[in-house]
Amino acid sequence: MTASPRHARTPEAPKRHPKTIVLLTLAFGLGLPAILFAAVLVLSPLSKPAMIDAFIEHVLKQDPATFGHRNLVLGVSVGVLGFVLLNFGAIVSGMTVWWEMRVSSRMQSRVGYNRVGAGGFFQWVADAVKLLFKEDLIPAEADSLLFKAAPYFVLTGFALTFVALPFGESLIAADLNVGIFYLIAVTALVVVGILLAGWSSNSKWSLFGGMRSAAQVISYEIPAGLAIMVPVLMAGTLSMQGIIRAQGAWPWQWFVFANPVAPIAFVIFFIAQLAEGNRTPFDLPEAESELVAGYLSEYSSFRFALYFLVEFGNLWVMAAVAVTLFFGGWQVPFAGPEVFARLRGAGAMPGLGWWALQVVSMAVFAVKTLMVLNLIVWIRWTLPRIRIDQMMTLCWKYLVPFAFAAFVITLLWQILVAAVPAVGPVSGVAITGVTLVLAALFLRQTARNITAAGDRVDLTNW
Amino acid sequence: MEKLILRRVDRDNEEMVLNFGPQHPSTHGVINFIVETDGEVLKKAIPDVGYLHRSIEKIGETTGYPGFMPFTDRVDYVAAMFANEGYAVAVERLLKLEVPARAQWLRAISCELCRIASHLVSVGTMAMDIGAFTPMLHGIRERETINDLIEALCGARLTYNYHRIGGVAFDLPEGWRGKALAFLDHFDKFLPEFDRLITFNEVYLRRLGGVAVIPAAQAIDYGLVGPNLRGSGVDWDLRRDLPYGAYPHFKFQVPVGKGWAGAVGDCFDRYYVRCLEMAESSKIVRQALESLPEGDVMAPKVPRNLKPEAGEALSRVESARGEMAYYVVSDGTNKAHRVRARTGSFTAMGIIEDISSGLMVADLVALIASLDVVAPEIDR
Repeated sequence: MTASPRHARTPEAPKRHPKTIVLLTLAFGLGLPAILFAAVLVLSPLSKPAMIDAFIEHVLKQDPATFGHRNLVLGVSVGVLGFVLLNFGAIVSGMTVWWEMRVSSRMQSRVGYNRVGAGGFFQWVADAVKLLFKEDLIPAEADSLLFKAAPYFVLTGFALTFVALPFGESLIAADLNVGIFYLIAVTALVVVGILLAGWSSNSKWSLFGGMRSAAQVISYEIPAGLAIMVPVLMAGTLSMQGIIRAQGAWPWQWFVFANPVAPIAFVIFFIAQLAEGNRTPFDLPEAESELVAGYLSEYSSFRFALYFLVEFGNLWVMAAVAVTLFFGGWQVPFAGPEVFARLRGAGAMPGLGWWALQVVSMAVFAVKTLMVLNLIVWIRWTLPRIRIDQMMTLCWKYLVPFAFAAFVITLLWQILVAAVPAVGPVSGVAITGVTLVLAALFLRQTARNITAAGDRVDLTNW
Repeated sequence: MEKLILRRVDRDNEEMVLNFGPQHPSTHGVINFIVETDGEVLKKAIPDVGYLHRSIEKIGETTGYPGFMPFTDRVDYVAAMFANEGYAVAVERLLKLEVPARAQWLRAISCELCRIASHLVSVGTMAMDIGAFTPMLHGIRERETINDLIEALCGARLTYNYHRIGGVAFDLPEGWRGKALAFLDHFDKFLPEFDRLITFNEVYLRRLGGVAVIPAAQAIDYGLVGPNLRGSGVDWDLRRDLPYGAYPHFKFQVPVGKGWAGAVGDCFDRYYVRCLEMAESSKIVRQALESLPEGDVMAPKVPRNLKPEAGEALSRVESARGEMAYYVVSDGTNKAHRVRARTGSFTAMGIIEDISSGLMVADLVALIASLDVVAPEIDR
């Protein structure tokens, strides 16, 4: 926020939009996510077999035992849910692009998106449409089959993550008992696509990018996996919902503050996630200043759009997984499992209060996820890129040993907590307190730096 | 070089030949590097220059002396003021023309502002080539204000054509002094902010520290000049050691590379010397604005159709990219017999082949950026 002494250029405020445009933008900007979240809210509990029976009984007024089309209804609801989740990924990806561009433009003293819709909100739609109309170019020397196939590996790896990604208390497509393991497994599919893209393009830049990506993603899966073991050990389950249920709503009940090494595990996990998502400071595979565009160099049109979609959609996935593992997921304050059970009632169809609480839990999860997502955006526009050997050194010399240490210490900690139960809450509160103090110091230093540069905090020019 | 291009790459090892440019995001214009790599590690990078050759020196022989001034802007369009100054000084020496003091001061002011602008581009692109985009735009933002100031001074934002043989084209406009001082006040605070943003970033220090070290002796051997030479620890600045124009009247430090992030003469030294030079330039502009003498800005009675006596003259000025020399030979007519521009970027290209062996691909980008090469200055 470098706001202006009068000689520093502040961008001219874009022309005010007509009211209809603003309303239209607001309607889409809020309505589209609202529709998607509502669809997830309704469909994800409904696509479970138990609920389908209740649905058939109460809504369709049929007897589930004799109703012939039960599997059809189940199949349709699962299919629609899948469709909704895929669209959720795509639209979240688009909106993330808009948010990232707006944030980065403020960081860099420029206007940023401002043409299509109020605040340039529809720029991502315009970009996507433009990309669809571009020539779909396949280099003559490329291996055309692999070249065409590569984006779909990437897209599949991305889309499959939504199967096990929680949205709220009962809102998850499938609460697999190996949820987090499944997530690690399917995200690894992305690297296959990138490697294929790098190899099949038959361009040296693409090959560089593909090879870098393979080295990077595969290396960083190891510290990420070890760091994930810390919350898994504390929760005693691999299920995404189970990990969240093992945490509480308040910060001192979150896994990130649960034991002295948990913050370290979170930092390792977060760094590894940045690396797996090819985000700065680990954007080596597409390092613009070195490799032109890395593995993307030869792609155009819709295939390029798919890569782009996945890259930005991944931010939501990264953030949601971090929130699930370390930040208490959708846990609502003062609403433990017994509140959910009471509001659900004894009937087959849950009561209205239960649905309301689901909405609250969804909102809590979405807000936390967006905050982590915003952190990733800030990092991207602040840090320079590291070199390939430093990337490897960081992974194998620092992250892996520290992740191992965190894993072992957490094991011992669990034994200690089992012996002395009071240690758990006390350390939770203590670590939360320390973190708050550090955050306050950080904010104070930031305020001092802003003053030293002769600026002031200005949030009006947005 | 032909040998390298035509040579079949040995299939048994993993070497490959890569054309790094001429259209590449980080070659700063159109420069080609023929890069022989083994995976990420460079065997050699050979600069292949000439893509931006515009025969500017030849044009100098076909236009009259004053008419060549706008062409000098195109020698180095990132720091056009120095190219103006170098040519003007050379022709003045040929004519044995005395330049009025006020014009000397205005030359120093415009040149130092231009040096800040050029260095801002340099350190900004350095950060961008390392992968941080934000510092670059912060630098460009400050440069815009300098462009505004220079636009108020001479009407142009990039190719200034401000200096004239015998002085400068325009005097300061009304209120310019205040605007310039206000900018400098802001700029002096901007530099520490910039340092906090990128210079002392740990990732940045590790990317640049100890990378592509050029020892002092080698820097002198290859004829490196300006910040590249000073980055290697050689204390040499024409403004201080062979003073010209108004520079003897100003007090300023000459920053020299000290191995802040590793070895003396690494990429970080070359980068940080430029950061420090910007602060020094700011001091010089302040002093010049304070002690600005009254008087004319052009030498009296400079004829339009210049016909210097047969002879030759050499001017050396400290450009943002180091020593810029103009060598002008007159045969007594109104057109120069020969105009030769000696520029810093061209000699800096020569050292890349020697230094690049063993670097990584990402380091080559850092090396090019740290040498601050500008394509038009290489080829002219």
